[in-house]
Amino acid sequence: MTTPSQTVGPFFGFALPYAADWELVPEGHPGAVTITGRVFDGAGEPVPDALLELWTGEPGDRGALGRGGTGISGGTGVSGFGRCGTAPDGSYRFRLAPPSRPYAALLVFARGLLKPVRTRVYLADTPDPLLDSLDPARRATLLAHAEGQDVYRFDVRLQGEQETVFLEF
Amino acid sequence: MTHPPYLHPDYASTVLRAPSRPPLEMKEDPEAAELTGPVFGRDEVDPLDADLTAGHAGEPLGERIIVTGRILDASGRPVPDTLVEIWQANSAGRYAHQRDQHPAPLDPNFTGAGRCLTDDEGRYRFVTIKPGAYPWRNHPNAWRPAHIHFSIFGTAFTQRLVTQMYFPGDPLFAFDPIFRSIPDPAARERLVSTFDLEITEPEWALGYRWDVVLGRTPMEDA
Ligand SMILES: [Fe+2]
Repeated sequence: MTTPSQTVGPFFGFALPYAADWELVPEGHPGAVTITGRVFDGAGEPVPDALLELWTGEPGDRGALGRGGTGISGGTGVSGFGRCGTAPDGSYRFRLAPPSRPYAALLVFARGLLKPVRTRVYLADTPDPLLDSLDPARRATLLAHAEGQDVYRFDVRLQGEQETVFLEF
Repeated sequence: MTHPPYLHPDYASTVLRAPSRPPLEMKEDPEAAELTGPVFGRDEVDPLDADLTAGHAGEPLGERIIVTGRILDASGRPVPDTLVEIWQANSAGRYAHQRDQHPAPLDPNFTGAGRCLTDDEGRYRFVTIKPGAYPWRNHPNAWRPAHIHFSIFGTAFTQRLVTQMYFPGDPLFAFDPIFRSIPDPAARERLVSTFDLEITEPEWALGYRWDVVLGRTPMEDA
Protein backbone atom coordinates (compact mmCIF):
# COMPACT_ATOMS: atom_id res chain seq x y z
CA MET A 1 0.00 0.00 0.00
CA THR A 2 1.23 3.45 -0.94
CA THR A 3 3.09 5.54 1.60
CA PRO A 4 1.17 8.75 2.34
CA SER A 5 2.53 12.20 1.59
CA GLN A 6 3.31 14.81 4.26
CA THR A 7 4.18 18.47 3.89
CA VAL A 8 7.73 19.50 3.06
CA GLY A 9 7.38 21.96 5.97
CA PRO A 10 9.22 25.25 6.41
CA PHE A 11 12.71 23.96 7.19
CA PHE A 12 13.96 22.18 4.05
CA GLY A 13 16.17 25.09 3.09
CA PHE A 14 19.41 23.63 4.47
CA ALA A 15 18.84 20.23 2.86
CA LEU A 16 17.12 20.30 -0.52
CA PRO A 17 18.52 23.31 -2.40
CA TYR A 18 21.84 22.82 -4.20
CA ALA A 19 24.24 25.25 -5.74
CA ALA A 20 22.91 26.27 -9.15
CA ASP A 21 20.05 23.80 -8.75
CA TRP A 22 17.83 25.96 -10.99
CA GLU A 23 20.26 25.84 -13.90
CA LEU A 24 19.44 22.83 -16.08
CA VAL A 25 21.95 24.19 -18.60
CA PRO A 26 24.84 26.56 -18.07
CA GLU A 27 24.68 30.24 -18.90
CA GLY A 28 25.20 30.82 -22.60
CA HIS A 29 23.96 27.38 -23.60
CA PRO A 30 22.72 27.68 -27.20
CA GLY A 31 18.97 28.21 -27.35
CA ALA A 32 18.54 28.22 -23.57
CA VAL A 33 15.35 29.73 -22.21
CA THR A 34 14.46 30.98 -18.75
CA ILE A 35 11.15 30.27 -17.07
CA THR A 36 10.47 32.62 -14.19
CA GLY A 37 7.48 33.64 -12.13
CA ARG A 38 6.01 33.81 -8.68
CA VAL A 39 3.93 31.56 -6.46
CA PHE A 40 0.84 33.08 -4.79
CA ASP A 41 -1.57 31.84 -2.12
CA GLY A 42 -5.33 32.23 -1.97
CA ALA A 43 -5.04 35.78 -0.56
CA GLY A 44 -2.80 36.82 -3.44
CA GLU A 45 0.22 36.92 -1.14
CA PRO A 46 3.56 35.57 -2.39
CA VAL A 47 4.62 32.17 -1.05
CA PRO A 48 8.20 32.68 0.15
CA ASP A 49 8.85 29.11 1.28
CA ALA A 50 7.88 26.93 -1.68
CA LEU A 51 10.15 24.50 -3.48
CA LEU A 52 9.62 23.99 -7.21
CA GLU A 53 10.90 21.11 -9.31
CA LEU A 54 10.96 21.16 -13.10
CA TRP A 55 11.31 18.07 -15.30
CA THR A 56 11.54 18.28 -19.07
CA GLY A 57 10.90 14.58 -19.59
CA GLU A 58 14.06 13.61 -21.39
CA PRO A 59 14.74 10.08 -20.10
CA GLY A 60 18.25 9.29 -19.01
CA ASP A 61 19.07 12.84 -18.12
CA ARG A 62 20.83 13.32 -14.86
CA GLY A 63 19.60 15.52 -12.12
CA ALA A 64 21.27 18.71 -11.07
CA LEU A 65 22.40 18.13 -7.52
CA GLY A 66 26.11 18.71 -7.29
CA ARG A 67 27.10 19.89 -3.84
CA GLY A 68 30.49 21.09 -4.98
CA GLY A 69 29.10 24.32 -6.36
CA THR A 70 29.06 23.17 -9.96
CA GLY A 71 25.34 22.56 -9.88
CA ILE A 72 25.15 20.34 -12.86
CA SER A 73 27.04 17.11 -12.87
CA GLY A 74 27.35 14.24 -15.27
CA GLY A 75 29.79 15.72 -17.72
CA THR A 76 27.44 17.10 -20.34
CA GLY A 77 26.45 20.11 -18.25
CA VAL A 78 22.87 19.54 -19.34
CA SER A 79 20.08 18.22 -17.17
CA GLY A 80 16.36 17.60 -17.57
CA PHE A 81 15.77 18.28 -13.90
CA GLY A 82 15.96 21.43 -11.83
CA ARG A 83 14.94 22.62 -8.40
CA CYS A 84 14.34 26.12 -7.08
CA GLY A 85 13.22 27.46 -3.72
CA THR A 86 11.16 30.63 -3.86
CA ALA A 87 12.60 33.97 -2.77
CA PRO A 88 10.86 36.20 -0.17
CA ASP A 89 8.79 37.71 -3.02
CA GLY A 90 7.62 34.22 -4.07
CA SER A 91 9.77 34.22 -7.20
CA TYR A 92 11.60 31.31 -8.79
CA ARG A 93 13.48 30.71 -12.02
CA PHE A 94 14.81 27.90 -14.22
CA ARG A 95 17.23 28.03 -17.12
CA LEU A 96 16.76 25.11 -19.49
CA ALA A 97 17.15 23.88 -23.02
CA PRO A 98 13.81 24.12 -24.83
CA PRO A 99 11.95 20.87 -24.08
CA SER A 100 11.05 18.51 -26.92
CA ARG A 101 7.42 18.67 -25.84
CA PRO A 102 5.49 21.95 -25.77
CA TYR A 103 5.62 21.85 -21.97
CA ALA A 104 7.76 21.08 -18.96
CA ALA A 105 6.36 19.31 -15.89
CA LEU A 106 6.31 21.29 -12.64
CA LEU A 107 5.89 20.23 -9.02
CA VAL A 108 5.35 22.69 -6.17
CA PHE A 109 5.99 21.75 -2.54
CA ALA A 110 5.38 24.06 0.40
CA ARG A 111 4.47 24.36 4.03
CA GLY A 112 0.69 24.07 4.03
CA LEU A 113 0.68 21.70 1.07
CA LEU A 114 0.18 18.23 2.55
CA LYS A 115 0.99 16.86 -0.91
CA PRO A 116 2.59 18.70 -3.81
CA VAL A 117 0.60 20.36 -6.56
CA ARG A 118 1.65 19.38 -10.06
CA THR A 119 1.08 21.29 -13.24
CA ARG A 120 2.63 21.94 -16.64
CA VAL A 121 4.33 25.03 -18.02
CA TYR A 122 3.37 25.34 -21.70
CA LEU A 123 5.86 27.44 -23.65
CA ALA A 124 3.59 27.57 -26.69
CA ASP A 125 -0.17 27.82 -27.12
CA THR A 126 -0.51 24.83 -29.37
CA PRO A 127 -3.13 22.15 -30.03
CA ASP A 128 -2.74 19.73 -27.14
CA PRO A 129 -5.07 17.17 -25.52
CA LEU A 130 -4.76 18.75 -22.07
CA LEU A 131 -5.00 22.40 -23.19
CA ASP A 132 -7.86 21.61 -25.56
CA SER A 133 -9.87 20.05 -22.74
CA LEU A 134 -9.95 23.35 -20.82
CA ASP A 135 -12.07 26.47 -21.18
CA PRO A 136 -10.08 29.56 -22.25
CA ALA A 137 -9.67 31.03 -18.75
CA ARG A 138 -8.43 27.76 -17.30
CA ARG A 139 -6.26 27.08 -20.34
CA ALA A 140 -4.57 30.45 -19.85
CA THR A 141 -3.30 29.39 -16.42
CA LEU A 142 -1.01 26.81 -18.07
CA LEU A 143 0.48 29.14 -20.68
CA ALA A 144 3.81 30.81 -20.04
CA HIS A 145 4.07 34.30 -21.51
CA ALA A 146 7.04 35.18 -23.66
CA GLU A 147 8.65 38.22 -22.10
CA GLY A 148 11.53 39.49 -24.14
CA GLN A 149 14.17 37.29 -25.63
CA ASP A 150 14.16 33.70 -24.34
CA VAL A 151 12.32 34.55 -21.11
CA TYR A 152 8.95 33.09 -20.19
CA ARG A 153 6.81 34.15 -17.26
CA PHE A 154 4.72 31.56 -15.45
CA ASP A 155 2.98 32.31 -12.15
CA VAL A 156 1.48 29.62 -9.94
CA ARG A 157 -1.73 30.54 -8.12
CA LEU A 158 -2.42 27.91 -5.51
CA GLN A 159 -6.00 28.98 -4.77
CA GLY A 160 -8.72 31.36 -5.87
CA GLU A 161 -10.26 32.95 -8.92
CA GLN A 162 -7.32 32.43 -11.26
CA GLU A 163 -6.17 29.21 -9.65
CA THR A 164 -3.67 27.30 -11.77
CA VAL A 165 -4.93 24.06 -13.28
CA PHE A 166 -3.41 21.26 -11.22
CA LEU A 167 -3.09 17.71 -12.45
CA GLU A 168 -3.36 14.21 -11.08
CA PHE A 169 -1.87 11.15 -12.74
CA MET B 1 -7.62 7.42 0.68
CA THR B 2 -3.90 7.17 1.27
CA HIS B 3 -2.81 10.76 0.91
CA PRO B 4 -4.09 13.65 2.98
CA PRO B 5 -6.47 16.12 1.36
CA TYR B 6 -5.09 19.54 0.42
CA LEU B 7 -7.46 21.32 2.79
CA HIS B 8 -7.15 20.24 6.41
CA PRO B 9 -8.15 23.27 8.50
CA ASP B 10 -6.65 21.85 11.72
CA TYR B 11 -3.33 22.47 9.94
CA ALA B 12 -3.80 26.21 9.59
CA SER B 13 -1.35 26.77 6.74
CA THR B 14 -3.51 24.69 4.40
CA VAL B 15 -6.36 27.20 4.51
CA LEU B 16 -4.86 29.70 2.05
CA ARG B 17 -2.66 27.26 0.15
CA ALA B 18 -4.97 24.36 -0.65
CA PRO B 19 -6.32 24.50 -4.20
CA SER B 20 -10.08 24.94 -4.18
CA ARG B 21 -10.69 22.72 -7.20
CA PRO B 22 -9.89 19.04 -7.35
CA PRO B 23 -6.90 18.26 -9.57
CA LEU B 24 -7.67 17.34 -13.16
CA GLU B 25 -7.40 13.61 -13.69
CA MET B 26 -5.02 13.13 -16.64
CA LYS B 27 -5.98 10.84 -19.47
CA GLU B 28 -3.65 8.00 -20.34
CA ASP B 29 -0.77 9.38 -22.42
CA PRO B 30 2.28 7.17 -22.98
CA GLU B 31 4.19 10.23 -24.19
CA ALA B 32 3.67 12.27 -21.03
CA ALA B 33 6.85 13.79 -19.61
CA GLU B 34 5.70 12.83 -16.11
CA LEU B 35 6.08 9.11 -16.84
CA THR B 36 9.85 9.43 -16.71
CA GLY B 37 12.05 11.01 -14.10
CA PRO B 38 15.60 12.14 -13.48
CA VAL B 39 18.31 9.52 -13.13
CA PHE B 40 21.05 10.16 -10.59
CA GLY B 41 24.47 8.60 -11.00
CA ARG B 42 26.32 6.95 -8.13
CA ASP B 43 29.27 9.28 -8.66
CA GLU B 44 27.06 12.25 -7.79
CA VAL B 45 26.35 11.09 -4.25
CA ASP B 46 29.13 10.69 -1.71
CA PRO B 47 28.58 7.60 0.52
CA LEU B 48 29.47 9.82 3.49
CA ASP B 49 26.31 11.84 2.80
CA ALA B 50 24.34 8.95 4.38
CA ASP B 51 26.05 9.42 7.75
CA LEU B 52 24.58 12.51 9.41
CA THR B 53 26.79 11.99 12.46
CA ALA B 54 29.94 12.48 10.39
CA GLY B 55 31.45 15.51 8.74
CA HIS B 56 31.76 17.68 11.83
CA ALA B 57 34.57 18.23 14.30
CA GLY B 58 32.99 16.01 16.95
CA GLU B 59 30.13 13.61 17.66
CA PRO B 60 26.62 15.06 17.81
CA LEU B 61 24.63 14.80 21.04
CA GLY B 62 21.67 12.44 21.22
CA GLU B 63 20.68 8.87 20.63
CA ARG B 64 22.58 7.43 17.66
CA ILE B 65 20.23 5.52 15.34
CA ILE B 66 20.28 3.59 12.07
CA VAL B 67 17.29 4.12 9.78
CA THR B 68 17.00 1.70 6.91
CA GLY B 69 14.40 0.14 4.68
CA ARG B 70 13.39 -0.44 1.09
CA ILE B 71 11.84 1.76 -1.58
CA LEU B 72 9.26 -0.25 -3.54
CA ASP B 73 6.97 0.56 -6.43
CA ALA B 74 3.23 -0.02 -6.31
CA SER B 75 3.62 -3.62 -7.50
CA GLY B 76 6.10 -4.36 -4.74
CA ARG B 77 9.25 -4.27 -6.89
CA PRO B 78 12.31 -2.63 -5.38
CA VAL B 79 13.38 0.71 -6.84
CA PRO B 80 17.18 0.67 -7.22
CA ASP B 81 19.42 3.72 -7.72
CA THR B 82 16.82 6.21 -6.67
CA LEU B 83 17.74 9.31 -4.70
CA VAL B 84 16.59 9.52 -1.07
CA GLU B 85 17.14 12.82 0.73
CA ILE B 86 16.44 13.39 4.44
CA TRP B 87 16.47 16.31 6.84
CA GLN B 88 15.60 16.62 10.50
CA ALA B 89 15.90 18.53 13.75
CA ASN B 90 18.72 17.74 16.17
CA SER B 91 18.21 15.77 19.39
CA ALA B 92 16.94 18.91 21.11
CA GLY B 93 14.28 19.54 18.48
CA ARG B 94 16.04 22.40 16.71
CA TYR B 95 16.65 22.68 12.97
CA ALA B 96 19.86 24.10 11.56
CA HIS B 97 17.65 26.57 9.71
CA GLN B 98 17.81 30.30 10.25
CA ARG B 99 14.05 30.66 10.53
CA ASP B 100 13.73 28.03 13.28
CA GLN B 101 13.24 30.17 16.40
CA HIS B 102 12.68 27.33 18.88
CA PRO B 103 14.81 28.22 21.94
CA ALA B 104 16.53 24.84 22.05
CA PRO B 105 20.28 24.56 21.50
CA LEU B 106 21.89 24.10 18.13
CA ASP B 107 24.46 21.31 17.99
CA PRO B 108 27.69 22.41 16.32
CA ASN B 109 28.29 18.76 15.43
CA PHE B 110 24.99 18.15 13.71
CA THR B 111 23.45 19.69 10.59
CA GLY B 112 20.73 17.15 9.94
CA ALA B 113 20.74 16.75 6.15
CA GLY B 114 21.67 13.55 4.32
CA ARG B 115 21.12 11.65 1.12
CA CYS B 116 21.85 8.34 -0.53
CA LEU B 117 21.00 6.25 -3.56
CA THR B 118 19.16 2.96 -3.03
CA ASP B 119 21.10 -0.22 -3.74
CA ASP B 120 20.15 -2.98 -6.20
CA GLU B 121 17.44 -4.20 -3.81
CA GLY B 122 15.97 -0.75 -3.29
CA ARG B 123 17.56 -0.42 0.13
CA TYR B 124 18.59 2.86 1.73
CA ARG B 125 20.45 3.27 5.03
CA PHE B 126 21.19 6.33 7.14
CA VAL B 127 23.11 6.77 10.37
CA THR B 128 21.83 9.72 12.34
CA ILE B 129 20.61 11.00 15.72
CA LYS B 130 17.07 10.57 16.95
CA PRO B 131 15.41 13.96 16.39
CA GLY B 132 13.62 15.69 19.24
CA ALA B 133 9.99 16.80 19.24
CA TYR B 134 9.56 20.53 18.64
CA PRO B 135 6.90 23.17 19.19
CA TRP B 136 5.19 25.10 16.40
CA ARG B 137 2.65 27.88 16.33
CA ASN B 138 -0.25 26.10 14.63
CA HIS B 139 -2.39 26.18 17.78
CA PRO B 140 -1.74 26.70 21.51
CA ASN B 141 0.76 24.20 22.90
CA ALA B 142 1.30 22.54 19.52
CA TRP B 143 4.18 20.05 19.26
CA ARG B 144 5.31 17.96 16.32
CA PRO B 145 6.04 14.31 17.06
CA ALA B 146 9.68 13.42 16.39
CA HIS B 147 10.12 12.86 12.65
CA ILE B 148 12.59 12.68 9.81
CA HIS B 149 11.62 14.36 6.53
CA PHE B 150 12.10 12.14 3.47
CA SER B 151 12.25 13.08 -0.21
CA ILE B 152 12.19 10.19 -2.70
CA PHE B 153 12.26 10.27 -6.49
CA GLY B 154 11.26 6.83 -7.84
CA THR B 155 11.37 6.03 -11.54
CA ALA B 156 8.76 8.51 -12.75
CA PHE B 157 7.94 12.12 -11.90
CA THR B 158 4.46 10.81 -10.97
CA GLN B 159 6.07 8.77 -8.17
CA ARG B 160 7.79 11.72 -6.53
CA LEU B 161 7.15 11.61 -2.79
CA VAL B 162 7.97 13.96 0.07
CA THR B 163 6.85 12.72 3.45
CA GLN B 164 7.83 12.29 7.10
CA MET B 165 8.89 9.19 9.01
CA TYR B 166 7.83 8.91 12.63
CA PHE B 167 8.94 6.80 15.59
CA PRO B 168 6.81 4.09 17.22
CA GLY B 169 4.55 4.88 20.15
CA ASP B 170 4.87 8.66 20.07
CA PRO B 171 2.29 10.18 22.46
CA LEU B 172 2.09 13.27 20.22
CA PHE B 173 0.40 11.39 17.34
CA ALA B 174 -2.97 12.00 18.97
CA PHE B 175 -2.47 15.78 18.85
CA ASP B 176 -0.63 16.35 15.58
CA PRO B 177 -2.81 17.74 12.77
CA ILE B 178 -0.17 16.93 10.13
CA PHE B 179 -0.02 13.23 11.06
CA ARG B 180 -3.79 13.18 11.47
CA SER B 181 -4.40 14.85 8.11
CA ILE B 182 -4.18 11.34 6.63
CA PRO B 183 -7.79 10.22 6.83
CA ASP B 184 -7.20 6.48 7.16
CA PRO B 185 -5.60 5.48 10.49
CA ALA B 186 -4.08 2.41 8.83
CA ALA B 187 -2.39 4.65 6.26
CA ARG B 188 -0.99 6.86 9.06
CA GLU B 189 0.66 3.81 10.54
CA ARG B 190 2.60 3.36 7.30
CA LEU B 191 4.59 6.46 8.25
CA VAL B 192 5.64 4.97 11.59
CA SER B 193 8.95 3.11 11.61
CA THR B 194 9.44 -0.04 13.66
CA PHE B 195 12.19 -0.61 16.16
CA ASP B 196 14.29 -3.55 14.94
CA LEU B 197 16.79 -5.42 17.08
CA GLU B 198 18.27 -6.99 13.94
CA ILE B 199 19.26 -3.55 12.66
CA THR B 200 20.39 -2.39 16.09
CA GLU B 201 24.16 -2.60 16.47
CA PRO B 202 25.48 -3.62 19.91
CA GLU B 203 27.20 -0.94 21.94
CA TRP B 204 26.59 1.56 19.15
CA ALA B 205 23.16 2.44 17.69
CA LEU B 206 19.44 1.61 17.81
CA GLY B 207 17.90 0.38 14.57
CA TYR B 208 14.64 1.44 12.94
CA ARG B 209 13.10 -0.06 9.82
CA TRP B 210 10.83 1.85 7.45
CA ASP B 211 9.75 0.76 3.97
CA VAL B 212 8.21 3.09 1.40
CA VAL B 213 5.80 2.29 -1.42
CA LEU B 214 5.64 4.80 -4.29
CA GLY B 215 2.85 5.42 -6.77
CA ARG B 216 -0.70 4.23 -6.71
CA THR B 217 -1.48 0.63 -5.84
CA PRO B 218 -4.39 -0.87 -7.83
CA MET B 219 -6.60 -1.20 -4.73
CA GLU B 220 -6.47 2.53 -4.22
CA ASP B 221 -7.95 3.22 -7.63
CA ALA B 222 -11.15 1.48 -6.62
FE1 LIG C 1 9.93 18.94 10.63
